Amino acid sequence: MAKLRGTGIAAVNYPTGMNLGGDPSQALIHATTTGTFVISLSSTDLGQGLKTVIAQIGAETLGVPFENVLIDTADTDTGPHCMGTFASRATHRVGNAVIMAAKEARKAMLEVAAEELEVSPDDLDTDGKGNIFVKGSPERKIDITSLALAAHFKYGRTISGRGMYIKPKSPVDPETGKMDPDSTEAHACVVAEVEVDTETGEVTVISLKSAYEVGRQVNPALVHGQIVGGAFMGMSHALYETTAPYYPSPDHAPGSFSEYIIPGPHELPHIESVVLEYPSVNGPYGVKGVGEMTANAPIPAIVNAVSNAIGVRLTEYPITPEKILRALEKSPKVKQLAENRS
Amino acid sequence: MSEVASEVIREMKREFKVVGKSVPRRDGIGHVTGKTVYVDDISFPGMLHLKMVRSPIHHGIIRNVDFSEAEKVPGFVRVLTHRDVPKNIYTILCLIGVGPDEEPVLAVDRVLYKGEPIAAIVAETEEAAMEAVSRVKLDLEELPAVFDVEEALKPDAPILKPWGTNYFIYEGHHCRRVRFGDVEKGFAQADYIIEEVYNTSPIEHAPTETTACVAKPEPDGRYTVYTNTQALFFTMDNTALILQVPFSKLHFVGGTVGGGFGGKVDVITEPIATLAAMKTGRPVKFKYTREEEMRVSSTRSAWRMYFKDGVMKDGRIIARKVISYADSGAYNRHTPYAVTKHAANIAGPYTIPNVYIDAYCVYTNRQPASAMRGFGVTPASFAVECQMDKIAETIGMDPWEIRFINAYRNGDMRPHQKVVEDATLIEVMKAAAELVGHKLPEHLLKMHSWDREKA
Amino acid sequence: MPSRIVAFNLNGRDVEVMVKPLTTLQTVLREHLHLTATKSGCRQGGCGTCTVLVNGEPMLSCLLPVEDIAGQKVVTLEGITPIEGLHPIQQAFFDNYAIQCGYCSPGVIMVIKALLDRNPNPTRQEIMDAIAGNVCRCTGYEPILRAAEDAARRLQSA
Ligand code: FES
Ligand code: FES
Repeated sequence: MAKLRGTGIAAVNYPTGMNLGGDPSQALIHATTTGTFVISLSSTDLGQGLKTVIAQIGAETLGVPFENVLIDTADTDTGPHCMGTFASRATHRVGNAVIMAAKEARKAMLEVAAEELEVSPDDLDTDGKGNIFVKGSPERKIDITSLALAAHFKYGRTISGRGMYIKPKSPVDPETGKMDPDSTEAHACVVAEVEVDTETGEVTVISLKSAYEVGRQVNPALVHGQIVGGAFMGMSHALYETTAPYYPSPDHAPGSFSEYIIPGPHELPHIESVVLEYPSVNGPYGVKGVGEMTANAPIPAIVNAVSNAIGVRLTEYPITPEKILRALEKSPKVKQLAENRS
Repeated sequence: MSEVASEVIREMKREFKVVGKSVPRRDGIGHVTGKTVYVDDISFPGMLHLKMVRSPIHHGIIRNVDFSEAEKVPGFVRVLTHRDVPKNIYTILCLIGVGPDEEPVLAVDRVLYKGEPIAAIVAETEEAAMEAVSRVKLDLEELPAVFDVEEALKPDAPILKPWGTNYFIYEGHHCRRVRFGDVEKGFAQADYIIEEVYNTSPIEHAPTETTACVAKPEPDGRYTVYTNTQALFFTMDNTALILQVPFSKLHFVGGTVGGGFGGKVDVITEPIATLAAMKTGRPVKFKYTREEEMRVSSTRSAWRMYFKDGVMKDGRIIARKVISYADSGAYNRHTPYAVTKHAANIAGPYTIPNVYIDAYCVYTNRQPASAMRGFGVTPASFAVECQMDKIAETIGMDPWEIRFINAYRNGDMRPHQKVVEDATLIEVMKAAAELVGHKLPEHLLKMHSWDREKA
Repeated sequence: MPSRIVAFNLNGRDVEVMVKPLTTLQTVLREHLHLTATKSGCRQGGCGTCTVLVNGEPMLSCLLPVEDIAGQKVVTLEGITPIEGLHPIQQAFFDNYAIQCGYCSPGVIMVIKALLDRNPNPTRQEIMDAIAGNVCRCTGYEPILRAAEDAARRLQSA
C-alpha cells in the first residue's frame, strides 16, 4: 500500500448572461418622504447575496449611504420583470438596470437639491454619507431627509428612476454556429494537490489554490464565499456525486443524503485564492459574474491531479474509489512500487 | 495600448464608497435567527397538501389508473389528472421561442421515465395524501427503455418523441453545429492526432431546501403563489400558459431560496399546485420530499464528448473536432439551450484555427436533466482541461506551457465567430502559478491577453 | 389510534400538545407550534437542518417521536435568540459570512451551541466532528468552522 501524490491544473473561461441574450431585467427606484430609497425588483437571492450586492450598487450610484437603500424583492405585483437568477446573470443584468434607475433618481434628487440650495444641479455632488453639497464649498449642503421632505411637500416632485437592461437576443447560424452567446467572460486557474491511497482508491484533496478574474468585485467577502463554496462543490462533483453510479444504468439511484454521497467538513481541503480585477466593459462597475464558474475549474484540476498521481489518465467524473482501483491496475507507477517491494 | 485596455485601467483606478466593500449580508440576521421565511415555513388555515402518483417504471403505456381505493382514505379531497390541465403539454422555454411542446404536466397515455407524474392527489394532510397515493392502482404495460445517449441514436432504439427521433432538432439539423476553418486540412497538417473520449455523470443539485410552493386563492379571485423558484416571472408566465388563465390572475411571491444551483428553474410544482387551489378553493402546498428531489427533480445532464485534436510539435493546437452528446433524459427542460452554450465553449478558452463541433441533445428514459451551475460549460471545461494535459503528455510539454501557447487573447476569433474582448486567461494562470510558487519561464511571463506579442 | 397529550419544556416554558402516536418533534414544532426556525430538509435524518437540543444534546427532530421527549427540556433556535441583538454564536456566523442561503444555519448553530456548552474551547477537529451530520451545500464549511472558532473565543471572553 502506498500514498501517491499528484498536482493538476485547469484554466477556464466562464461566459456571463443567458445564452444568446434576450434576458431582460428591470428595476424601479423611489425615495420615501424621509429619504429612504426603495429598489423594487422581482429578482431572487439564492444565497449568493444578490440583495446585498444590488443595494451596494444602488447606493453607490445614487450617492447615498448603504443603509438608506432598501431592496424590495421578489413580488410580481410590485417588482418589475426580471428573467431570473441563473447563468451568472443576476449581478450583471440587475446591477445594470439598477444603475440606470439610480442615475435617473439621482438626477431628480440633485434637481430638487439645486432648488433648495439655489445653485445649478451641475454644481452639486453627494458625499455618500447622506448629504448633497455644493462642489467646492462643502458647508453648503442639504441632507437627504430634508431634501426628500422638500421634494414631497414643497415641490410636489417624485425622486424616482426606471432602469432596464437587456442584451438583445441573437440568433445562431445553424450551418456555422456563428453566435454571440454571452456578455463577457470571467476566468480562473485552479491548482489541485491530491493524495491517492492505492489500497482503498480514496482520494484526499490536500489543497485547491486558485486565481480568479471576475471583473469588479462588488463585495469581496461574498465573492470569496462563492469561491470557497464552489471549490467544495467542484471537489464533490469530481470525486463523489452521481445520481447514476453505474451510468448509463439507472440502477442504484440515490434517494437520500445517506445514499447520495457529498463530502463533509472532514474532507475540506486547504483553499486559497487570489482575485484579479479587470473590469468588463458592459458590467455594472465592471462586474463580470462569479456564481457558477467556481464549481467548474476544480473538477478538471482534481482529475488531472489524480491522473498525475497514479500515472493513468482518467477521463470521467466522479472518480470514485472503485474507478481509481480499476485504473490502478493499469498504473505503471503501482507496478513499479510492487516490483520494488518484491 | 488599445482603447479598451486603457478604459479598463481607468475603471480599475476608480474610487468607490460602497462598491468593493465587504458589507454584511442584508439577509444575514434573518438567516442566523431562523426568522427568514422560506416557502415551507408558510402555511394557511385550511391548507391542503398535494402529492404525486408517479410512474414506477422507466418506459410504458398507461392502460388504466384506478383511484377507487385512494378516494376512501380519510382526508382525501380530490385527484387531478391530465384531463384537468388546460394546456397539459408544454415546454418551459416556449417563452423564448424554443419548441415544440413535448412534456406533459401529468402523463397522458405513456410514461417516459421512472418517477414521471401521472396524477396529483390533494388531501387534508400530507400523510393522507401520501396514503392515498400509495393506494392508487396503476395498470401499465412496460416498454423497452433506452439509457445511453449513443444507444438512443441507433435505428432500432425505442423512439421517445412524437416527431420520430431521439434528438432535439436544431433548425433542421440533428445537432448544434459549429464550423470554423477546415478541420480536415488541419488534421492533415498536424504532427500529432490526439483523441480521447470524456464522460460525466448526472448530478443532483441537492439544495438543503427542497423545491416547494404554496398556492392560495384570494378574495379578489386571484391566486397568490409563494415559491422558491429562481425565476419568478418565468415561472408565473409558464403557469398562466399551462392553466390558460389571464396573466393578471396570478401573483407570485418569492425571492428567498434555500439553495438553487439551477435546480429551481424548472416550472414543476407551481402549475399543478395552482390548479389544485383553483379546483378546491383552498390553499395548497406542494413540497418535494428529499426522495423526489433526488430521484425525480431534474439533474445536471450526463455528457459524452469525443475529442480529436491536431497538434503541432511546438504545442499549437491547429484543429479540434468534438462530437458531444448531452443526456437530456426524457424531456427538454433547459437542455437544448445548454447544448448550444456547450457548443460555444467546447473548444475551450484557446485559439484554434480549425474547429468542427457537433453537439447533440439526446432523449433517454431517464429523469429529465436541466440547468445546473455551469450549464453545458462544466463538462466542456472538464473535457478541455483533461485533454490539454493529455496533449502536453503526448507531445512532452509542460502542462502550463501548452495552455499559455494556446490561450486566447483579445482580438482573436473564437470558433463561433465572436471576437474575444475580455480575455484574462494568461493573467489568471500567471497569478495561480505565483500563488503555488511555480516558477514560470520568462517567455511565458512576458505574455498577456491584451495583444499578441510579435513572434 | 387515539391522540394523546404530551407535555415537555420548550425554550424554558412548559407546553402541552395533542398528537397522534409517532408524530415527530419536528412536526410539532413547525406545524403545531409554528416555530419554523427548525427546518425540514429531508425528514430522513440525513441533513441536520432540523437539529434541536434535547436536555442539551443535539437531536434530529425529524426522527424523534414527541412522546419520547415527554417531560424533557427542548431548546430550539428561537430559544437562544435574544429579543434584541444576537447570541454570540449567531453574531459569529453573521460576521464570518458563515451563511449563504441560510437553510442549514439553524441546525448548524444548534450543533455548535451544544458543542460549546460542553467544550468551550474545541479544536477544529472537534468542530468538524460535531457538524459532520449537517449538510451545507453552499459554503463549503470553511466559513462555518471559522465562525465556530470565533464563537468560542467570544463566549470565553464574555
Ligand atoms: S430534516 Fe431531519 S435530518 Fe434532515
Ligand atoms: S448556507 Fe445554504 S446550505 Fe448552508
